[in-house]
Amino acid sequence: MLLERFVFLTLDGLARGTAYAAFALALVLIWRAARVVNFAQGAMAVACVYVAHSVTAATGSYWAGFGAAVASGLVLGAAVDFCVMRLAAGTASHLNSVIIALGLVLIIQAVLGIAYGNEYLPTPAPFDRTAITVGEFVLLSPFDLFVIGTVAAAVAALAWLFGRTPVGLRMRAGAFAPEVSRLLGVNVGGMLTLGWALAAGLGAIAGMLVVPTELALHPHAMDLVFVASFTAAVIGGLDSPPGVVVGGLAVGLTLSYVSGYLGGDLSPLATLLLLLAVLLVRPEGLITRAKVRRV
Amino acid sequence: MNMLLRTSPLRRVLLTALAALLVLIASQVLDPFRNFQFATIAAYLCATAGLTVLTGLNGQLSLGHGALMASGAYSVALIQDAFGGRRLAAGWILVVTLLGALAVGVAAGAVIGLAAARLQGPHLAGLTLGVAVIVPSLATTFDALFGGEQGLPVQAAQPPLALGATFPYERWQVWLAWTITLPTILLLTNLVHSRLGRDMRAVRDHEVAASLSGIDVARTRVVTFTVSAGCAALGGALLAVLTQVASPGSYPLTLSVFLLMAVVIGGLDSLTGAIWGALLLVALPDLAQSVTGLFSFPPGEAQRWEGNLPTAAFGLMLITVMAVAPTGVSGLQRRVVRAAADRWRARRPNPGAETP
Repeated sequence: MLLERFVFLTLDGLARGTAYAAFALALVLIWRAARVVNFAQGAMAVACVYVAHSVTAATGSYWAGFGAAVASGLVLGAAVDFCVMRLAAGTASHLNSVIIALGLVLIIQAVLGIAYGNEYLPTPAPFDRTAITVGEFVLLSPFDLFVIGTVAAAVAALAWLFGRTPVGLRMRAGAFAPEVSRLLGVNVGGMLTLGWALAAGLGAIAGMLVVPTELALHPHAMDLVFVASFTAAVIGGLDSPPGVVVGGLAVGLTLSYVSGYLGGDLSPLATLLLLLAVLLVRPEGLITRAKVRRV
Repeated sequence: MNMLLRTSPLRRVLLTALAALLVLIASQVLDPFRNFQFATIAAYLCATAGLTVLTGLNGQLSLGHGALMASGAYSVALIQDAFGGRRLAAGWILVVTLLGALAVGVAAGAVIGLAAARLQGPHLAGLTLGVAVIVPSLATTFDALFGGEQGLPVQAAQPPLALGATFPYERWQVWLAWTITLPTILLLTNLVHSRLGRDMRAVRDHEVAASLSGIDVARTRVVTFTVSAGCAALGGALLAVLTQVASPGSYPLTLSVFLLMAVVIGGLDSLTGAIWGALLLVALPDLAQSVTGLFSFPPGEAQRWEGNLPTAAFGLMLITVMAVAPTGVSGLQRRVVRAAADRWRARRPNPGAETP
């Protein structure tokens, strides 16, 4: 009985962790491109999930909604970079970009609140959420498999984009040495906008995967997820995609064990303590390449 | 004499006395509802002033000051509860609870500050964001202690009988709140101009240069965070006494973000900005309510607009301020005052000075 429960909690944690990893990866994408932690990412993802909710309600098809969420994520990301984040680009201060992102959070959450109300909307999952059992063991649900598959596909696509295509090379070059890249004819600003679009698209996918497993759709639905994913990103040093995937899984497992063995109420507190622990032990990340601290 | 006024703490004491006089006059003139709002401005001012010192002068971003206010509010409720059985003069209970709330805030600030001293910008922002998201949920996690979503009741601070039986309650609230807040602001202003204040600014501007000139960077950051958290908790405690409740709904993540927005819009580089910020925090929801009142929405829709319009307005103002006037309202105010002074001087040329 003990073993079965452990196996169930582990698998459940891994499934949750994959979604966190995807969301954290979106944070890392923007951090690597612009040295900005996008505190508005949770709100942006929720906005995309609301778009999906409307499209699904209008067409009756979950997949149309899913596509709409990803598309609106891409558009929203590009728009945020183009209209808002450029304002902070000229200033050296870290504070400014964080503050602007928070302003964006307020606007997005308020607009969602006005358009949809602050009630909890139900979000049906496209696949069954009851777990498959093999013998004594309760394993993953079809929806969990869908989550893991989608994230794996998205991560593979991004890895291919950044590693194997000319656009990916330009994006990396633009982030690594903006001035030299500009000299060599790379449209650095455009690459930055593309990076924001991709990150927000990934964030939207993560939102679509996380929201059905949380309470329900609500303007603040991703607040806690953001903290958990930020923890995952910090474990990876904000900078390393493989580290972030490991971080996401670690956070998912921790939260699953805490809520399974100690009580679901404690999982927010556990998230905070985990973040605090990681930041106190190694603020530069547990899994990261050695790097020189810039003064 | 002019020089003395300009530099000495005397000027600050005089300004505080002037402010106290203004508060006294305002409390006589305003109607009860406005008086209540005026008192809440004082409560928010404690928190925004603390945040201005932390973010503006020391460069540490805190998204968790709403949660620190909550810690102050719950301390008040819990300490009052502990005193519940005993017959103690109401005035003393108030003093003890406020001091208790201050102590809790200082302790919480020291803990977060110790962590914060090791962290850089986005990490600190993330940690304090975590605090702001999770602390309100603790009220439901430990609902036996914190009373769940309903929160805990807080006894009202009744006006002393010496003021007469018919003394308006709201006017007493104003007096009480500003009696706490004005000295706090005076202390903070003195602190800002002290050696510690200079250390804070040095740490903000260049950590390495600061530590080269013998400033203990980590200590300065922890002390600043502690002071700031103490102010926030005091503000939360006052708010709890004014509204007579400590509930998680009053201190959501949005409040933490609002506080930061308020000080940014008010102006980060001086405590004047904190006053503008506190004013904005109280005035904006009120304004939004009257704006939505102009349109005839169906009842459900009106509620949505009322609740969310101030939030949207705050976000928009914030981004606009960051884009157009990064020094905030107090920076604008300084610029206007300086321009007016220049014009005045130009009109009446000083014979001693060379005019360009």
